[in-house]
Amino acid sequence: MGTIIETNNLRAYYITNAYGVERTVKAVDDITLRIQEGEVYGIAGESGCGKSTLLRVLLNAYDPPLTVVGGEVVYHLDGERVNAADMTEEQQRDLRWRTISYIPQGSMHVLNPVRRIRDSFHDFISAHRDVSKAESFALTANYLRDLGLPEKVLASYPHQLSGGMRQRVTIALATILWPKLIFADEPTTALDVVVQRGVIQMLKDVQQNEGSTLVLITHDIGVHANLADRIAILYAGKLVEEAATQTILESPRHPYTRFLIESLPSLDSREERLSIPGRPPALDRPPSGCRFHERCPLAKDICKTIEPALIEIAPKHFTACHVVEEELSHASAV
Amino acid sequence: MPQQSDGPKTPPPAPARQDGEGSQRLPLPDSSGGPRGVLLQIENLSKVFHIRQGFSSQEFHAVDKASIVIDSDKPEIFAVVGESGSGKTTLAKMVLGMEAASEGILRYKNRVINDISSKEMKTWFYREVQPVFQDPFAAFSPLKRIDGYLFETAANYKMANKKEAPRYINEVLSEVGLTLAEIAGRYPNELSGGQAQRVAIARALLTKPSLIVADEPVSMLDASLRMSIVNMFRNLKDHSEVSVIYITHDLATAFYAGDRIAVMLRGWIVEMGPTEQVLGNPLHPYTQNLKTSIPSIRSSDAWNEKIDLAVIETDEYTRTGCKFAGRCPAVMDICHDNIPPNVQHQGRSVKCFLYEDDGAPTSQKVATPALG
Repeated sequence: MGTIIETNNLRAYYITNAYGVERTVKAVDDITLRIQEGEVYGIAGESGCGKSTLLRVLLNAYDPPLTVVGGEVVYHLDGERVNAADMTEEQQRDLRWRTISYIPQGSMHVLNPVRRIRDSFHDFISAHRDVSKAESFALTANYLRDLGLPEKVLASYPHQLSGGMRQRVTIALATILWPKLIFADEPTTALDVVVQRGVIQMLKDVQQNEGSTLVLITHDIGVHANLADRIAILYAGKLVEEAATQTILESPRHPYTRFLIESLPSLDSREERLSIPGRPPALDRPPSGCRFHERCPLAKDICKTIEPALIEIAPKHFTACHVVEEELSHASAV
Repeated sequence: MPQQSDGPKTPPPAPARQDGEGSQRLPLPDSSGGPRGVLLQIENLSKVFHIRQGFSSQEFHAVDKASIVIDSDKPEIFAVVGESGSGKTTLAKMVLGMEAASEGILRYKNRVINDISSKEMKTWFYREVQPVFQDPFAAFSPLKRIDGYLFETAANYKMANKKEAPRYINEVLSEVGLTLAEIAGRYPNELSGGQAQRVAIARALLTKPSLIVADEPVSMLDASLRMSIVNMFRNLKDHSEVSVIYITHDLATAFYAGDRIAVMLRGWIVEMGPTEQVLGNPLHPYTQNLKTSIPSIRSSDAWNEKIDLAVIETDEYTRTGCKFAGRCPAVMDICHDNIPPNVQHQGRSVKCFLYEDDGAPTSQKVATPALG
């Protein structure tokens, strides 16, 4: 299993210039990651931390004001290294939906309200493959049956379906051509727990049936816990921690991750839980040094001035924190 | 300023305090024969909508015979949970007087909410009962400074005169962890979601209400801010004697904050009782389903079995028997054609044929509606 997509020191900024006032929002700042073939890679973080921006750059689907100012996104397709920035329009169109697919945020609203579900499926399939209506209907019916969706969905209009069913239809739509790489942006955010569970179950099925790679973006750690193999924690445009799901949940090291995990309420206890002090920083003027230092109870002087580097503190466990780094060097010195 | 009551039975409540500093508890009229010490009484409350399709019209019970009682002696957080389309918001709208009830009893401090005159709604009811909504940015106009809302509310309800207003507002803001200096002169877009929601809650607190109806107050917020709002509700209950109806689809925060909980499904309250009992040991198959669907962060608890989802929402609303029969793992023949009764079982009320009334007194007053 090799890498399927990688980024190297990726920087993507929103650069606007309105009435001579220039404003730069550093939404993705120096992010390096490698996503392996066949894994579920979770990206977690609060709103405004750059999750969706990162996804747009990974998908190579961005327009100004979002600009990639540094670094690169590289796809590994059939043993070939393809730099996303060098692809032509045609190559990209060819790639999308067949090799790379995307389940957008709020995707239950993407279905055409005046077309039956099966017609929407035909529209999408016929755009990429030369199929007759009967063939695409058969393909769709088969696929939905495999995923356990009821047949009557096909003849329905979107408004007749419940939110969770619409969401699952959209996921089926995005994956019917068996893409190798699926991006999902907050696929369950607007849903309640029972429906959310059904949707996650289905994403899991799709991913496992074909061994696709799934990049899952959500702020809900609970969803990551049930789906992701590895989790990356984003804070204010920076990758602050990355490790296997188990490691992130059981022994998080970065203070932000620790807060995030510890503040989750659970049905085990009603004891008071602390919330993270302060608020996420604005990305047009990010704090100096470590971007978390203003909210961090462990912050030292060095955190205010020098940006911590992402280091491997244990095998395949990366974190960017001066305090953790210091503890480690102490431990190794003793 | 005597107030005129439209209610047939109850005399008007005593006029509210003059200075805004006195007790916020109005003495209850006791001549009505109604229960004493009851803040909110909901009994067999229904809301029926009609859906027209061509020539046919279909009845649609968004809330079906709901019964909830909230006492005034002891403030509590009453959580209402359920999936989308379960009638939670319709229930909240009726309590807030924004939607007229179709059937049943709905009284606030012994006054029938539907019968309160529009003038009294403004002068009395909305001073007592305040809403907090899901999206704080939709609650405030983007073109208005956010502190303007606070001064306006304080002036409208005569909570403080012009000179005292800033001090009073600052006092209320401190209850939600903000200061007037922090938000003065700022527009909503300059605040974070958590701050804006705190201001929305502070605005609701300005009138010194006895009841806050919060409809999904944290679902727009990030995990790190979510807990700060929920913690704040807990503080308000303990220190400011405000009862909160906390409507949410997030079971974990409902468990964390709620003293009692009602689980709704397609307009029905299927299980209701003390939160620890209902969520600790759920009896209704739907509540059990909800509980096991909470994504746990312990990987050992990952979901194993598959679940069924409703395909088409209206199918469940118009089902003749139990509305959960189509997805229930414990479904019996009787469930398809008969509406299950509300039974008292293990200290809570549960609407399911699986259980028999054990006659144990519950910690709450639940009217048992006669169901066919």
